[in-house]
Amino acid sequence: MADVAIPRAKPQMSEASAWTQLKYNRNWLGFWFMVPAMAFLIFFLAYPLGLGIWLSFTDTRIGRVGQFIATENYEWLWDDSIFWLSVFNTLLYTFVASAFKFAIGLYLALLLNEHMPFKAMLRAMVLIPFIVPTVLSALAFWWIFDSQFSIISWSLKQLGLISQNINFLGDTTWARICVIFANVWRGVPFVAITLLAGLQTVSPSLYEAATLDGATRWQNFRYITYPLLTPIIAVVMTFSVLFTFTDFQLIWAMTRGGPVNATHLMATLSYQRAIIAGQLGEGAAISSAMIPFLLAAIMVSWFGLQRRKWQQGESND
Amino acid sequence: MTDLPASKVDLKSVISAPSRVDNSEGMSYLQSVPRRLVTLYLPLTIIVVVLLFPFYWMALTSVKPDEQLLDLDKYNPFWTWNPTFKHFHKLLFESYYPHWLWNTMYVAICATVLSIVASVFAAYAIVRLRYKGANLVGGLIFLAYLVPPSILFIPLATVVYQYGLFDSPLALILTYPTILIPFSTWLLMGYFKTIPFELEECALIDGASRWQILVKIVVPLAIPGLISAFIFCFTLCWNEFIYALTFLQSTSNKTVPVAIVNEFVDGDIYRWGSLMAGALAGSLPLVILYAFFVEHYVSAMTGAVKE
Repeated sequence: MADVAIPRAKPQMSEASAWTQLKYNRNWLGFWFMVPAMAFLIFFLAYPLGLGIWLSFTDTRIGRVGQFIATENYEWLWDDSIFWLSVFNTLLYTFVASAFKFAIGLYLALLLNEHMPFKAMLRAMVLIPFIVPTVLSALAFWWIFDSQFSIISWSLKQLGLISQNINFLGDTTWARICVIFANVWRGVPFVAITLLAGLQTVSPSLYEAATLDGATRWQNFRYITYPLLTPIIAVVMTFSVLFTFTDFQLIWAMTRGGPVNATHLMATLSYQRAIIAGQLGEGAAISSAMIPFLLAAIMVSWFGLQRRKWQQGESND
Repeated sequence: MTDLPASKVDLKSVISAPSRVDNSEGMSYLQSVPRRLVTLYLPLTIIVVVLLFPFYWMALTSVKPDEQLLDLDKYNPFWTWNPTFKHFHKLLFESYYPHWLWNTMYVAICATVLSIVASVFAAYAIVRLRYKGANLVGGLIFLAYLVPPSILFIPLATVVYQYGLFDSPLALILTYPTILIPFSTWLLMGYFKTIPFELEECALIDGASRWQILVKIVVPLAIPGLISAFIFCFTLCWNEFIYALTFLQSTSNKTVPVAIVNEFVDGDIYRWGSLMAGALAGSLPLVILYAFFVEHYVSAMTGAVKE
């Protein structure tokens, strides 16, 4: 009812006071309030987004205005095996890393939801990998995965499990495993802490009731925790997938796409082609090729949110 | 109806219930101590150790003398008995590091303040003014949150170049808000929704303008939300890499993450000490900030997802 009361009160107010239409009309006022945010988002987000798509149809280079060349960039990429390799790498990276992030994140959230001493401190510590700038922790991983002085190789050698150093970032398979590991390492705290916030809203009486009825721990999880958590899982995982798919800095700090392009993602390839090689048009085509995937992820997020509202019994707002 | 073990347990809990404090261990008494050790403490310890090990390694490397870094056979690599501050000294007095730290801080604070001011207005307008199309704009802002920097940096580089901002901190101060505004608007919308309408109605009746309501009522009540948004935005700025890598060129203008990757990574076999010292010094300000505002930080992170 409060919503209804306000609009009725407003026109009387603006009549009573002698201020101009511009100052009291809610639409104009709303417009003025939106100006700063909109200015930023239009000039530095919406316009570049369109410009990027336009650039992908031109042969622009650094320092030279391009000509419209229709879909030539895309045709060129279609025959480019490195591009397809980067698409494959991106999909592999996204799926494997997201799956692990989800599994470990959910598990960690369940563990942290238990009662134990130093709970608050543990939760705070878990989030540290997410706070520290990605590049800086990626450098630590670079050092941990060093080909000669890796602490992991050393420990395994001491344990007698391997006889030679593992060439972590020089071997194609190992390099992929390492960057995925680093990504999972960084992503798990985010997933765990957000899911933990979701877990805390689940009423303990549900578990008590189910346990009285003889439910096992697995059944408690499967039929109470998981269904109640689905909406928040949908949102968290969409964010996670989105940011993994467009990841750049972790790869750039650890491998720069090597060895033999085995860890090149679409974002790193577009940076290499556009900024380092100077082919802005081609780079823009690669990054525009990411848009369909992102749209798919956004659709998932959208339906996840819809379902959440429906579950809360909230009407369309 | 219920099977025997369950009802027994229930009885026990009922009996002991009155003497128990409210936030007690809940149902965890159902588990024995050894079982809890294996199912809870062991996996938790492993995960926490893995999550924190890189930082230990970073800190240890940054204080180890060079010869110990590379000789793994003579010295135990997991500890050092003669720490040195040589690497930090090199960092602070023989490189641009203090400069880079200052650049990062300057860019992060300016971009954060700009974005928060813009977001407060936008969020208030969307939630409380409810102008025509406010819901649509709210949705669009959420979509803007999902547009990643990796698809924007190429066109933005041309835009930045056209505006003559290339290689200037201003380029970052103006582009970072595109990442921050959608997030903080969304977060603040959630906070503003919790402020009772009646407060604003009272103020309107007393003759306050919308501006006065915003500055004297809404903003003071939303201070926790503002702190959350501020800290989270600051962290995002500090963490940002691709824009800083693309838009900045001269060594002295760079931000910490970019400078470390580009300027410290050279062929020197003894680079690890100073590299890790640089990474540690670049992370510490954020970790300290985080330590003071853990609750705000978590509420920012979860708030953005929940709304």
